[in-house]
Amino acid sequence: MRLEARSRVSRGAVLVAPFAAIAFTLAVCAALVAWAGAPVGRTYALLLEGAFGSRFAIAETLTRATPLILTGLAAAVAFRARLYNIGAEGQLYLGALAAVAVGGLHDGSGFGLPPALLFPLMLAAGAAAGALLLLGPAWLKLRLGVDEVVTSLLLNFVALLFVSLMLDGPMKDPMAMGWPQSVAINPDLELPRLIERTRVHAGLLLASGLAVAVWALQRFTRFGFALRAVGANARAARFAGLPVGRTVLLCALLSGALAGLAGVGEVAGRAGYVTLDMSPGYGYAGIVIAMLAGLHPLGVVLSAVFVGAVMVGADSMSRAVGVPNYIADVIVATALLAMLVATLLTRYRIRWGRA
Amino acid sequence: MMDFLSSLGDMIASVPFWVATLRIATPLILGTLGVLICERAGVLNLGIEGIMVAGAFTGWLAVYHGAGLWTGLAVAALTGALCGALHALLTVWLTVSQHVAGLGITMLATSLASFAYRVSFPQVSTPPTIQPFAPLAALQGIPLIGPVLAEQTALTLGAIALVPLAAWFIYRTPAGLALRMAGENPAAAEGQGLDVLRVRGAAIVGGSALMGMAGAFLTLSAFNAFFMNMVNGRGWICVALVVFASWRPGKALLGALLFAAFDAAQLRLQQDGGALPYQLYLMLPYVLSILALIVMARRAAYPQALMKPYRKGER
Repeated sequence: MRLEARSRVSRGAVLVAPFAAIAFTLAVCAALVAWAGAPVGRTYALLLEGAFGSRFAIAETLTRATPLILTGLAAAVAFRARLYNIGAEGQLYLGALAAVAVGGLHDGSGFGLPPALLFPLMLAAGAAAGALLLLGPAWLKLRLGVDEVVTSLLLNFVALLFVSLMLDGPMKDPMAMGWPQSVAINPDLELPRLIERTRVHAGLLLASGLAVAVWALQRFTRFGFALRAVGANARAARFAGLPVGRTVLLCALLSGALAGLAGVGEVAGRAGYVTLDMSPGYGYAGIVIAMLAGLHPLGVVLSAVFVGAVMVGADSMSRAVGVPNYIADVIVATALLAMLVATLLTRYRIRWGRA
Repeated sequence: MMDFLSSLGDMIASVPFWVATLRIATPLILGTLGVLICERAGVLNLGIEGIMVAGAFTGWLAVYHGAGLWTGLAVAALTGALCGALHALLTVWLTVSQHVAGLGITMLATSLASFAYRVSFPQVSTPPTIQPFAPLAALQGIPLIGPVLAEQTALTLGAIALVPLAAWFIYRTPAGLALRMAGENPAAAEGQGLDVLRVRGAAIVGGSALMGMAGAFLTLSAFNAFFMNMVNGRGWICVALVVFASWRPGKALLGALLFAAFDAAQLRLQQDGGALPYQLYLMLPYVLSILALIVMARRAAYPQALMKPYRKGER
């Protein structure tokens, strides 16, 4: 078996790739559903219904998609410059902590500032917390050549333990009966609901708006050009006089900030406080979302809705037919691997037999 | 200060400290050797974290269903090898990103293990248990190190014995030379008539089998049950340890022992009701791994073709 580069990459193939990957994934996972002893057709129908079958279901899917859009963007931006940020999970948690630090400590009095000022401050703090956490790995990559994948991964564990430390100590909610839970933020700082009697909040608009902004940044600005050039060929970019190091650092700040904002959104839009299980792996799912979208910021919104739908649908399906909801994680992981292969096939042709 | 130093001295001289160190080091030794073999052939294998979970689960499940402990270990190795074969197909033959494919393998293996665990045991409140490997009490009589070894299981001794074996394989056999060539200069290796893709594929399958066994140590020796988050970053730590070890088996053993000694020390300090919050102690292994990467960064002699896919006729 060997690969042969295609002379041109067809636009149609690039657009079809994610759908082919998802179709392949669902076919493979059908075997697992059957193994778990459930009727495949009915299981998938229930999954779809759980995700989109009612006003409430759609609202839940969109609520779940909100942090996923942001972690997906975080991965998409970083991967574009070949900065492999695998630390979005930790960045999300630190962003959430920062939101509580600004909006929740001192009984949410917010250092005497009015909510109109405190709200942007809370967003900025969350973004800064996430950005700073990625700055270290990015700097180490540039200066010492330390692989950022391993450092950003390891920092996830450190960040989560730091959150646990804060929830035991300075940010502990004394009313939570011993549950590790932070104090709540000032209700004036919470994001408004978008649909009555559901949990969809204005964070969805913020996340979608940021997707457009990131797309425009990449498409139309000098920084965006440098970002794409560094990702395409860092040596050529340096030779052409582009500031490679600065671009990578800025990219790290942007990526970390997006993941940090995902944490702020979860605090201000959904829970109001931080818990140790507030993210069921949103950071890691962001990588899958970015890959499914072909790293395109607008595509990220669509693939985040897909992953959110799989998660919400699997929960509801699991209650009905008893297939463990871990099937959602299996689907997401398989989709990632399938998408890697599908993307490759848009650029290469497989020839069987020896050269 | 003197108090602290003397209690530290007492700890290092104590048998339980060394017993814990060797036990903590075992999965790290196996996992680090696994990563080392893959990377010597030029392929990063970030699937380790998930492969360890999958190995821990399948090995334990086989024993739970009545297989012998050694059969369970073989099942775990086979599980690892299968995951490795998938990683090899993706990264060596299809040449997709080694970073992302490895993460994908980790996500897939972890979620499959959780899924299969839930399907096999739909309603259990306490995790079912097995009878794990017994300590080698017969070694008690060896002078000096006897009391430490007598608390270990055969897997720990096996893991340590594997280190010189791996070194001999890598530096003294034709297959080891082929492995190193595939990781340093695949084009030259091809020129010598080697099939680089096959060498790399075999290295990943073999290395991943070791990773599966590293996971199985947790369920078949260190504990007696399977927990979903029991690997808890040990795989990533192995990836860092390989850099720390400069891709040498002997140094990998040293790194794993050093690292495990720190971990055993922090566990002890935690139990003694240390003055600091317990989370700070738990952070130590991860922080140490990052520090090890930073310290070794300037001296790291990466295999020259690490993370570079090999496509025939392409430069």
